[in-house]
Amino acid sequence: MALAVEKPHKTDKVPRAAVAGRRISRPMVVAAILVVWLVLFAALRGRQTLTLAAADLTGLHRWLNDVNDSVGANRNSNPLFLYFFNEIRLVIDNLVTFVQSLISQPTDGRPLPQIGWLGVVGLTGYVSWAVGNWRVALLAVAGFTFLGLQGLWQESMDTLALTLSAVLVALLIGIPLGVWAGLSDRFNRIMTPFLDFMQTMPTFVYLAPLTLIFLIGGASAVITTVIYAAPPAIRITAHAIRSVPETTVEAADSLGTTRVQQLLKVLLPMSRRTVVMGVNQTIMAALAMVTIAALIDAPGLGKTVVQALQSLDVGTAFNAGLAIVVMAIVLDRVTTAAAGRDEAARRSEDRFLKWRTPLLAAGAAVSAVLVYLSHTYVWAAEFPGQGSTGSHIASAADTATTWMQDHLSGLTNGFRDAITNGLLNPFQTLLTDSPWWLVAAVLVGLGVVLGGWWAGAIATVCVGLLVATGLWSDSMTTLASSVVATVLVMLLGAVFGVWMGRSRLVDRLVRPTLDAAQVMPPFVYLVPFLAMFGPSRFTAIVAAVVYAAPVAIKIIADGVRNVPEATVEAATSAGCNTWQIITKVQLPMARGALTLATNQGLIYVLSMVVVGGLVGAGALGYDVVAGFSQGELYGKGLAAGLAIVLLGVMFDRITQAAARRARA
Amino acid sequence: MARHWRAGAAGMAVLGLTLTACSGAKVGDSSSGGSKSSGGKCGTFNLAVNPWVGYEADAAVVAYVAQHDLGCTVTKKDLKEEIAWQGFGTGEVDAVLENWGHDDLKKKYITGQKTAVEAGQTGNKGIIGWFVPPWLAKAHPDITDWKNLDKYAANFKTSESGGKGQLLDGDPSYVTNDAALVKNLKLDYKVVYAGSETALIQAFRTAEKNKQWTIGYFYEPQWFLSEVPLVKVNLPAYKTGCDADAAKVACDYPVYNLDKIVSAKFAKSGSPAYDLVKKFNWTNDDQNTVAKYIAQDKMSPDAAARKWVEANRGKVDAWLK
Repeated sequence: MALAVEKPHKTDKVPRAAVAGRRISRPMVVAAILVVWLVLFAALRGRQTLTLAAADLTGLHRWLNDVNDSVGANRNSNPLFLYFFNEIRLVIDNLVTFVQSLISQPTDGRPLPQIGWLGVVGLTGYVSWAVGNWRVALLAVAGFTFLGLQGLWQESMDTLALTLSAVLVALLIGIPLGVWAGLSDRFNRIMTPFLDFMQTMPTFVYLAPLTLIFLIGGASAVITTVIYAAPPAIRITAHAIRSVPETTVEAADSLGTTRVQQLLKVLLPMSRRTVVMGVNQTIMAALAMVTIAALIDAPGLGKTVVQALQSLDVGTAFNAGLAIVVMAIVLDRVTTAAAGRDEAARRSEDRFLKWRTPLLAAGAAVSAVLVYLSHTYVWAAEFPGQGSTGSHIASAADTATTWMQDHLSGLTNGFRDAITNGLLNPFQTLLTDSPWWLVAAVLVGLGVVLGGWWAGAIATVCVGLLVATGLWSDSMTTLASSVVATVLVMLLGAVFGVWMGRSRLVDRLVRPTLDAAQVMPPFVYLVPFLAMFGPSRFTAIVAAVVYAAPVAIKIIADGVRNVPEATVEAATSAGCNTWQIITKVQLPMARGALTLATNQGLIYVLSMVVVGGLVGAGALGYDVVAGFSQGELYGKGLAAGLAIVLLGVMFDRITQAAARRARA
Repeated sequence: MARHWRAGAAGMAVLGLTLTACSGAKVGDSSSGGSKSSGGKCGTFNLAVNPWVGYEADAAVVAYVAQHDLGCTVTKKDLKEEIAWQGFGTGEVDAVLENWGHDDLKKKYITGQKTAVEAGQTGNKGIIGWFVPPWLAKAHPDITDWKNLDKYAANFKTSESGGKGQLLDGDPSYVTNDAALVKNLKLDYKVVYAGSETALIQAFRTAEKNKQWTIGYFYEPQWFLSEVPLVKVNLPAYKTGCDADAAKVACDYPVYNLDKIVSAKFAKSGSPAYDLVKKFNWTNDDQNTVAKYIAQDKMSPDAAARKWVEANRGKVDAWLK
């Protein structure tokens, strides 16, 4: 962990060497802490490590089990269920069933949904054009048609139905809360920890309780998705409201507007663009939940992925994963275009604006006709053809995977052993074999040195709660893997980020791959990774790196690009070569981006801990999965989920505080 | 402006007429497909499908028969065991077709909440144990005796096993005593949790292909055994009661008679689907055949079930009597 958090600070020294004084001492204090740790580790190794065997439970875990059992036993008599949870479930269930009956599931004695493929494609194209532009409309039509050609029309529509329902509910809750948090600092402070909790808590942890409360099926799937997808909408709306310039608000004030008028006439219209970006993030988060929700019987593409993996059918899983990627790209581009539409419209010529209204009406009429046709005729309702594109994609993916497995596994095993023995094992031993109080002191000490007293206080609380979960040793094992993964993420981030930041062309070529890597369900690439690296902690690390590196790369690329051109030119004219410009100018000046990339990299890595548990990483990830699978381990799984959240909160606060100090 | 409107409307009308003119079959015209679903008094049958292919085979066949012979509307629900049992109480799951022991769940839902009841055996014999890939059993035949395992411990070392031999375990929902077994048999091995069945199968597949040393937990009936016939290692023989204390287990796993569990409500409902579930009974070979159709021949569960049912009409008729 020292490695990851220290990183931005090393770079931080360079441009500030002149004002160093107090600053230089910070890395020295960190080094001193590490040396003391190593010495004490050598002396006290193996004592007071707080280990707990896989099947053992603590009092807390048993208590959580009892709570779970009593909820299950009393759900039909408890008024909280009868008048609250059941009502929520009913409303959401009706919403989901309604959307499904429109586009994905047979209803009312019809063998097909109300709107067939032609209608959906037509509507999608029209709406995309109306809120965005004709280019994204074309993309949307092509994308949705491709889903049909893949032979996954119905599955895709089920996924779309659940995603739309979840996004609708998330926005209904999220935007008002976001506005409130944007207006009130106090409410914002109260909300932030809850939002962190919702985003870091592994979904596996609350899948079982959710089905207990909201039963199996669509409603639970939507609620799981909402829990994960609402926070971005809340955060971004709050951010948007806050970013409205003070002078504008004051001007409105001086005109004597009321608070409500101010909100409706000034704040909301001015932050609309950013709010739409929040919608975009919510949609992406909702799509990320598709495969997880399939574990509680949510219909759609996720189910295809999960089922294909039971028989290790990588091709079929990839085909379905690709459909999720295509859907994500379409929804992402359409919402992005929608966010920028006002600006684009203002720039375009007047002549075009005059035509807009009649064109919109004509488009509406065309889509209405298409919807009618797809409602009435079989050829327009059922996607024609056998979906042979899908089977071609599947067999190509199979061939590629087999080739990789056959030709690379010698190489990959060597790489795995080198990283595991050289980096992971020593570090993990240091964390798990030191007495717990020593590691705790080191964590708090580093928190204080890097982030200040407040960060140190938060680290103390988190460490205390980690001990209380009874899973200290597992937490340290997970921490070791997560830090190694984050180091790899930062290496990739630095290399590709700088490369992309320096060249527009590279950026344009690499970015779609990064987008796909973020949206492709991790379940899809687990089998090839397992074949190459075997079930091991390293496989989990690789999976986490694939998921987390794109974020870090994008952030660093932006940071490097934002370094003023003039500075780079000055360095060039002073005779610096490319390497010097990168290491002495661009990276140091992008240190804010580097810290943010470390922060986001680690959070994303932590969100993959549970997936890691499925491929041999053990520790907290395995505990969570086990809690979902076995009633007796339910409480332990919940505690493990909490431990992951605690690790996330601790590192988020320390790195953010460190970033603020670096900027100050 | 009005001119554009008119032009647009005219264009629409033309387009609309052209498209409707080429018409074709209407939705709901002929596709209701006979009277299969109207005859039976079966109603809806909610069948849990637990996540392994053997279970999927059970579910496929029972669902196929319920649908085609009894006229039930079958709703399959993909769920893990724990969640499926939870569904008995809430009325969302009627039957679980392949239960592996799970005394904890029986205690909680059958004797405790009384939401579930047993519905007899499936006829499948569940065998759990430690397995090695066939190449290894061939190269070192004595490895199938547990007493020789320590001799080979060094060969089973991996990056995960901390200097000992690695014994690979799979999905956390498996019934397992492996950690206790290693300790009580004083073996120089460490249990490493692969965390999922997918990981376990892939490990054995790679091991056979690349002649790697791998030993791990596995079970039959299982479709993968028809691709790679893993060889079982003999642990000290099972005697009744030798696994009474989970911490002191030092014997092999018993042979599980896999059984069926249904919700208490379903058992009393008088649905013909319940009688079908109760009488459903077949062999490991039967299940492996259907599982192979699904997993290796990539047939849909429904097509796999039809193929088997058509070839085994006699067995199916016995369930319906």
